[in-house]
Amino acid sequence: MNWLSKLFNSSIGQKLLVALTGLFLCTFLIVHLSGNFQLFKNDNGMAFNLYTVFMTTNPFIKTVSYVLYASILFHAFKGIHLAIKNRSARPVAYATVDGKANSHWTSRSMGVLGTIILVFIVVHMGDFWYEYKFGHIPYIRYTQNMVTGELTSTPLVGMDGQPLTINKKMEEFVDGDNKIIIVKDLYAEVKEEFTNPLLVLIYLISMAAIGFHLFHGFQSGFQTIGVNHPKYTPILKSLSLWLFGIIIPLAFASMPLYFYFL
Amino acid sequence: MSGNMNITLKVWRQNKASDKGRFETYAIPNVSEDMSFLEMFDILNEQLIIEGKDPVAFDHDCREGICGMCSMFINGRPHGPLKGVTTCQLHMRSFKNGDTIVVEPWRAKAFPVIKDLVVDRSAFDRIIAAGGYISVNTGNAQDANSLPVAKENADHAFFAAACIGCGACVAACKNASAMLFTSAKISQLALLPQGAPERNTRALNMVAQHDAEGFGSCTNTGACEAECPKGISLSNIARMNREYLGAALMS
Repeated sequence: MNWLSKLFNSSIGQKLLVALTGLFLCTFLIVHLSGNFQLFKNDNGMAFNLYTVFMTTNPFIKTVSYVLYASILFHAFKGIHLAIKNRSARPVAYATVDGKANSHWTSRSMGVLGTIILVFIVVHMGDFWYEYKFGHIPYIRYTQNMVTGELTSTPLVGMDGQPLTINKKMEEFVDGDNKIIIVKDLYAEVKEEFTNPLLVLIYLISMAAIGFHLFHGFQSGFQTIGVNHPKYTPILKSLSLWLFGIIIPLAFASMPLYFYFL
Repeated sequence: MSGNMNITLKVWRQNKASDKGRFETYAIPNVSEDMSFLEMFDILNEQLIIEGKDPVAFDHDCREGICGMCSMFINGRPHGPLKGVTTCQLHMRSFKNGDTIVVEPWRAKAFPVIKDLVVDRSAFDRIIAAGGYISVNTGNAQDANSLPVAKENADHAFFAAACIGCGACVAACKNASAMLFTSAKISQLALLPQGAPERNTRALNMVAQHDAEGFGSCTNTGACEAECPKGISLSNIARMNREYLGAALMS
């Protein structure tokens, strides 16, 4: 197993791991974004809340999510470790450096951008993931008439008007013509959080950081794993700019803005 | 004389590797715009010798842009403001009368300063010695076409072989990484049939030596490619990554 430790202690081996985890996180962003689009559905969050139940109970998704958490931690801490190591390769700094003459500022700022994203992930998971798993998210009761399709929703409260909880994430049953769904209302939590302008600002800055990070990171990951081809590299570079640098961050940013101005 | 300039030079002076070093400022009057950058240093040094001072030590040899000896970090860029040239091919017409020019040595842990602007680039020699060669007994010259090589491969091998080992890639890189150099030296052999028998050990040993010398790792900023006087392409680094990972995982 000597060859394995040699590989993963070499500069290229370590870069490979950062690239592979980074590209995996890019695919996660696409999944996360497409799921979150359900926030825009005009159903008082029913689709989004059901999707949340699916994402937190499906065994396959749960397994992938543990790989995801590990990837985030590995990518972040290996990245910081390599940035420190790379800095030590030049113990005496130049008095003048004209960086903009030869490279894009994003490629020289991956550590800073990544740190902003890491802080954001902590804030973001504290806001929603932690609240959903361990906090006190109220339940909502959706009533859908199966004949007319009419949908109404009310917060789940007891006789005394206090929020009621059930000891699982959702409950579904049929009552006459009506399908009743009782589910944890993460949608309300999202709506509530994004009335806070400071939080919206933090989200917008973080989405900009993700855009700049991925504008360099996505295509750079392919270069690291050895994919550089005159036919495909230009495609990867334009995906880096348009999809990961602009479209995905803008689409994510539209969510806090939507709820803030709702 | 028309076109002559007054230049102020801020030059890094350092007596030996263990010294702290400092900037010295020199005024050079009457600099012709047709002078090369190194000729201006010759004039400065003549001035210093006449004054009984220690001349500025700097590396140079062919002065026609092919040997890779000259190595000055000028106004924040290796080999100065022009693209595709070494310091010796930079002329004073690239500057303006009254300019202050900051000149520093290449800065990297793996390139310790010997004196002033001269750095020890023998780390590159050790990377080559780790595998940047082919072990064949040359014997008699073979028939010209006994080893067919695709034109495209021959061209790319030649482009990689254009590397003169000046170290501008290391100097430009924010991580002081020598991966453009190492990848060029791996690529020039990986693309040719003569390089095939030793390709795995070559990639493994040269990358290991690169790391052992204390160079940083590549973060694909592209600064090396932009500053390389010989236009060595970043695609060589991707090829090196393929060669190395292939050798590490499959050989």
